[in-house]
Amino acid sequence: MAAVESIEVLSPGLQTTIQDLGRFGSGRYGVPPSGALDSFALRIANRLVDNPEDQACLETTLIGLRLRALNDVCIAVTGANLRPQVNKRPLEMWRSHVLKKDEVISFAGPESGCRAYVALGGKLEVLSLLGSLSTNLPAGFGGFEGRALQKGDVLLVESPQLKLAAAGREMRARWIPDYPGTWTLRIVWGPQDADFTDEAKRIFTNSRYTVAPQSDRTGIRLHGPLVEKKSDTAESIISEGLIAGCIQVPGDGKPIIILGETVTGGYRKIATVVSADLPQLGQIKPGDEVLFEPISMDAAQRALLKMEDSINAAVQI
Amino acid sequence: MGDRAVLVELGGGISPRINQKVRAFYNGIASQRIKGIKDLVPSYRSLMVAYDPLVISLDFLKSQIIEIWNTLDDARLPEPRTVEIPVVYGDKYGPDLEWIADYHKMTPQEVVRLHTKTLYQVYMIGFMPGYPYMGEVPDALVTPRRKTPRTHVPGGSVGIAQKQIGIYPVTSPGGWQIIGRTPLRLFDPQEQPPCFLEMGDRVRFFVITEQELLRWRL
Repeated sequence: MAAVESIEVLSPGLQTTIQDLGRFGSGRYGVPPSGALDSFALRIANRLVDNPEDQACLETTLIGLRLRALNDVCIAVTGANLRPQVNKRPLEMWRSHVLKKDEVISFAGPESGCRAYVALGGKLEVLSLLGSLSTNLPAGFGGFEGRALQKGDVLLVESPQLKLAAAGREMRARWIPDYPGTWTLRIVWGPQDADFTDEAKRIFTNSRYTVAPQSDRTGIRLHGPLVEKKSDTAESIISEGLIAGCIQVPGDGKPIIILGETVTGGYRKIATVVSADLPQLGQIKPGDEVLFEPISMDAAQRALLKMEDSINAAVQI
Repeated sequence: MGDRAVLVELGGGISPRINQKVRAFYNGIASQRIKGIKDLVPSYRSLMVAYDPLVISLDFLKSQIIEIWNTLDDARLPEPRTVEIPVVYGDKYGPDLEWIADYHKMTPQEVVRLHTKTLYQVYMIGFMPGYPYMGEVPDALVTPRRKTPRTHVPGGSVGIAQKQIGIYPVTSPGGWQIIGRTPLRLFDPQEQPPCFLEMGDRVRFFVITEQELLRWRL
């Protein structure tokens, strides 16, 4: 199948990377998953353009991405509403369209949420490394030459013409998520919650935390009431594995929600965000408010099944 | 750990024996190729098993883990490799060497001599792709981290933090005390395996000159 020059980057915006569902299976080499921070939006975007659900898409943050079609290509934009436009006219999200040769898609800036996903019908042609196309920015590999996109980059797509017929697919309106700016994240306690006082746990689940500006793809940093460890415990723990959604509490008592770029760490984890709420982490932006709600493992499992059902029900294929 | 990973702790501290258990346990689980396990992250004293809760239930996974643990046989572990790593010590390649020497009231040459005569063990790869945590530093060389971490530690830098030795695979921020630099490439995602070092490896450092370092890179 021939790869076609499909997209030219006119402006990369704040940060745009190629991401799929992540790189798993190389944890013993210190390799984190990377991957789309809102996997729900990425999976839906792929379905809308008739791609397999785990295909790589563009993940763009907050503002400024501009792309030009070098050839006709089927696209869909999901995730944050960053006010996408085609040739300056609003583009409907959560629906696939044909972007015609020489048309320009741009993003005017955030209305709600933090990261939008652009799926291209066909297969983005970049090197698969350790089983994934995802960009690992801190280590500089994967995706497009191991880096965020830059002005002038040209993206090749395999057989885009085969996907043009998918244009017009849409997500059922009632399944389209909204991104409120105040988030209640469901958690299960642990693994080190026993190292925190009952009072600290009470504060943690009864407070509103504000997302700090230093937040990025590695973690969501929170300001708010401090979460203090028991006084008879050491400053840090012996480094051990961790996953996205782990909530670390360093010595300063300010919680950090770990995202996909970290595989080990030496700080205590008071709790972990449940799988069903992980995609929301990708939409939390600086200034938003976060609350934590502990639930049982059974409830976490039910929530995950519900989310999976919604993905299947949301897009009619 | 949430609804998609379990953390199995195999001991309380940092020791070669506990780490050996982790390595045996890792091999035991990896060799079973259990469907639904997404990743395994072995570390000093624990093994994290990340799983897909839509494919395998926590109860079933736990029963598999316990069964593997009960039939584990350390003796079947492959002999660890011994790997030699070339390092240029001091000056611009090891900007903290003098400070460490002063801290321990010895000469930089003595620091290098102590560092190169010790056989280290790779306890884990973590923090970033290909970053080996090795121990243990001889008591006379145990050094705290830098008070202010550097924003820019060049790839290949060899550092000390307390009783640990680490090597930065790529340029990154970091707070370890840098004593020298190796020309070896520790991580290459296009290779299989992608890491030069693996958990369990024994490592010895040897001195090379700046000329040798530059030639190594060609």
